[in-house]
Amino acid sequence: MCLGIPGKIIEIYEKNNSKFGKVDFSGIKREVCLDLTPDAKVGDYVIVHVGFSISILDEKEAIETLKTYKEYMDSLEDEISL
Amino acid sequence: MKYLSEFRDPTAVEKVIEKIKDISRKEYTIMEICGSQTHSILNSGIDALLPENVVLVHGPGCPVCVTPKEMIDTAIELAKMKENILFTYGDMLRVPGSKESLFQARGGGANIKMVYSPFDILDFAKNNPDKNVIFFGIGFETTTPANAMTILKAREMNLKNFYVLIAQFRVPPAISAILNDPFNKVQGFLAPGHVCTVMGTEEYIPIAEKYKVPIVVTGFEPLDLAEGIYMVIESLSNGEHGVKIQYKRSVRPEGNLKAKEIINKVFKIGNQKWRGIGEIPESGWVLKEEFEDMDARKLLNKKIEEIEETKEGCIAALILQGKKKPNDCELFAKTCTPLNPLGAPMVSSEGACAAYYKYKKYEN
Ligand code: SF4
Repeated sequence: MCLGIPGKIIEIYEKNNSKFGKVDFSGIKREVCLDLTPDAKVGDYVIVHVGFSISILDEKEAIETLKTYKEYMDSLEDEISL
Repeated sequence: MKYLSEFRDPTAVEKVIEKIKDISRKEYTIMEICGSQTHSILNSGIDALLPENVVLVHGPGCPVCVTPKEMIDTAIELAKMKENILFTYGDMLRVPGSKESLFQARGGGANIKMVYSPFDILDFAKNNPDKNVIFFGIGFETTTPANAMTILKAREMNLKNFYVLIAQFRVPPAISAILNDPFNKVQGFLAPGHVCTVMGTEEYIPIAEKYKVPIVVTGFEPLDLAEGIYMVIESLSNGEHGVKIQYKRSVRPEGNLKAKEIINKVFKIGNQKWRGIGEIPESGWVLKEEFEDMDARKLLNKKIEEIEETKEGCIAALILQGKKKPNDCELFAKTCTPLNPLGAPMVSSEGACAAYYKYKKYEN
């Protein structure tokens, strides 16, 4: 129930006086309300919960976390050159 | 996919587990609060990879599970009245009330619809002015801002036929209740990453201070969880307490200020009953006076009784407080299964008993 899924904002628009966006979740696109993350821009990754974005993912922090484990990872080589 | 697959790398997870083995010199009991984390831990097999002296116990963090039975009865009663339509999150549908679930009630003709995002209900309410449109909104702090936004928007749109039935839970008072118990064995916590994405870490600092425990705000992917467990054990073995953030890519210490502002416009802190545990003071959010006119309960013409969960043999309260594990229960996977749940942690897939059942923990 507390599931929040990361997705990438591909479009931003206004609807009913609210900020909305189209968010791409690995190919599945959904409409998301961006009012809780008013600074969100096209290209940002956001965590989406029940149709609302609750945070903008911090790419630097994500890379920091991954770097700690870089030496162990099979999958990381290409991904860290984000 | 970016931000997911990297955090699921099994080799990296195994290496973190190796590091955990290296530093685990004593016995440790650690609780993850959130049901989504319980699920991810069992699904990725982290619990089985951990050394025997590191015990994970599972907390009460499944909002669907802890929503009281009488709330479900109330929702059903409302949905049976022909002038009403009730909307709710999909997870709620199969949870049994005292007689039936919303799903069963719908089969019997009650007006119940599932909703992906509560905002979608508003257009329906606008286009159907002759119906009372009721939103059954439950959740932890992760969901509270979405519920609050929907209520604010309904007010802004001046919808006169929009009502809410609310059961919202706050995590910090539940952690305090667990730590206050003289028989508590939990030494450190993984705090839920999305709850803290909204609320930040402020409320957890006094708890860590008072009870001298480490609390690590952790994400949901296997690598996040392994790292969170490592950080708790590292603190415990250094004799440290306090709040740390593992899930830094989403959690800021101050939380999401906009989301908190919206919550505070609509809700105030109130007491809340948890299914399987009972009432915990200040552990919920209730409507502020200026939104009380939207309370769906006033549409009811009969009183719904409070129900105690007294299935003989069910040890839900002990499980939800981390004192026992699902397979300690004699009814687990015998008379109690997801199709015939006898207690709160079996009613939704994120409950600890249901997660153990799904990942076949009864076979060992
Ligand atoms: S397995 Fe069923 S009966 Fe046993 S504690 Fe869990 S919910 Fe209760």
